[in-house]
Amino acid sequence: MTSELLNTLYIQTQGVYLRLEGDTLRIQHEEVTLRNVPLHHLGGVAAFGNVLISPFLLHRCAEEGLEVSWFTESGRFQGRLAGPVSGNVLLRRAQHRALDNPSSTLYLAGRFVEAKLKNSRLVLQRAVRERGETEALSAALAGHEAALRMLPQARTVDEVRGLEGQAASAYFAAFGDLLLSGEFRFDGRNKRPPRDPVNALLGFIYALLTTQCTAALEGVGLDPQVGFLHALRPGRNALALDLIEEFRAWWGDRLALALINRKQVTSKHFEERPGGAVLLSEEGRKEVIVAFQKRRQETVQHPLFKEQVPIGLLPHIQARLLARYLRGDLPEYPPFIGK
Amino acid sequence: MERLDVLVTYDVNTISEEGKARLARVAKVCKNYGQRVQMSVFECRVTRAQLEEMEAKLLKVIEPDKDSLRIYTLVGGRDKCLRTHGQDRYQDFDDPLVI
Repeated sequence: MTSELLNTLYIQTQGVYLRLEGDTLRIQHEEVTLRNVPLHHLGGVAAFGNVLISPFLLHRCAEEGLEVSWFTESGRFQGRLAGPVSGNVLLRRAQHRALDNPSSTLYLAGRFVEAKLKNSRLVLQRAVRERGETEALSAALAGHEAALRMLPQARTVDEVRGLEGQAASAYFAAFGDLLLSGEFRFDGRNKRPPRDPVNALLGFIYALLTTQCTAALEGVGLDPQVGFLHALRPGRNALALDLIEEFRAWWGDRLALALINRKQVTSKHFEERPGGAVLLSEEGRKEVIVAFQKRRQETVQHPLFKEQVPIGLLPHIQARLLARYLRGDLPEYPPFIGK
Repeated sequence: MERLDVLVTYDVNTISEEGKARLARVAKVCKNYGQRVQMSVFECRVTRAQLEEMEAKLLKVIEPDKDSLRIYTLVGGRDKCLRTHGQDRYQDFDDPLVI
């Protein structure tokens, strides 16, 4: 077991208190100990909403490089624990230089979008194979083909973003046709707050994926805030958002579809809040996190290495390849494209 | 890094007050590496280095002429080596941990 694959502890029950007890993490709820987990089993802690973490536990996590991140109860990323800066300063210098160089920025932005388009196309193609064409599916597929043809000719990052945007709106126009359960409808992507269950589910899964990508980038010593496709903005993990583009459809959307279509997630797992926001309930979050963690442990054949790798390692592998490209050890960056 | 499932069992002579303190200290070390499955039995999933570390710490605590410590390695993992009956509070820390 590599350290990248250590388990993440997800705390989403409200009012839980986490503290350090020797070399273990003690989970308490109203004075009752729910569990004791030796720290060496954990790679990170993700806390949703009202979760207290003792200062000594935080110190220890910072010291040992355990990823601690905070989310709102609904799964929006709020912040994370930053220990001493580690990693290779020369690598980060190379990363900044690549951003200052328009041609390498354009190149990387193009590769992330290429992977996103190809992986989204896979999701659409599979739907067509399984249950035939619909108007929206054909339009989305045609849109992806067109965007993929035009991508190599894009001269600026803005053009790349434009192609991505067009394909994404066609994709989400067709996404409703991928839902088999009549229980949910999907009329386009919305967030902050999500207005329907499918958007709530997608937003939550994307938030989980983003932490995976952030942790992977930090693990190889890259600066997760310095991105190429996504513009720099204070507090925004632009490079993590770049990297997640490779996994959004292939990992995130397919998981959401599986959960809905297998009726593992139903309308009872959602709550409507005043103002029309729809959020996963505590029970719903648990269902999704368990499925997400199980998916991390499944293996796939890596298209580059032709070896079986756990899905949870894919962001780490891609982060490593990206670091090698930025250092100049690899002439090309090979984004992850599924099968 | 490869990890091993090991079983740690002990008898600590608790006639004296010192013995009771030793018993508590042994349990404390074990807790840091694994989980209690019976009164004086712990199961730990550890790397070789962690196993050496735990063993060294335990040896510092026990009195060799009064106490006994046994560490069994479950070759091939606990799933292969273990049959349990009755109460079982073991938790696999590699399963999704969602509270």
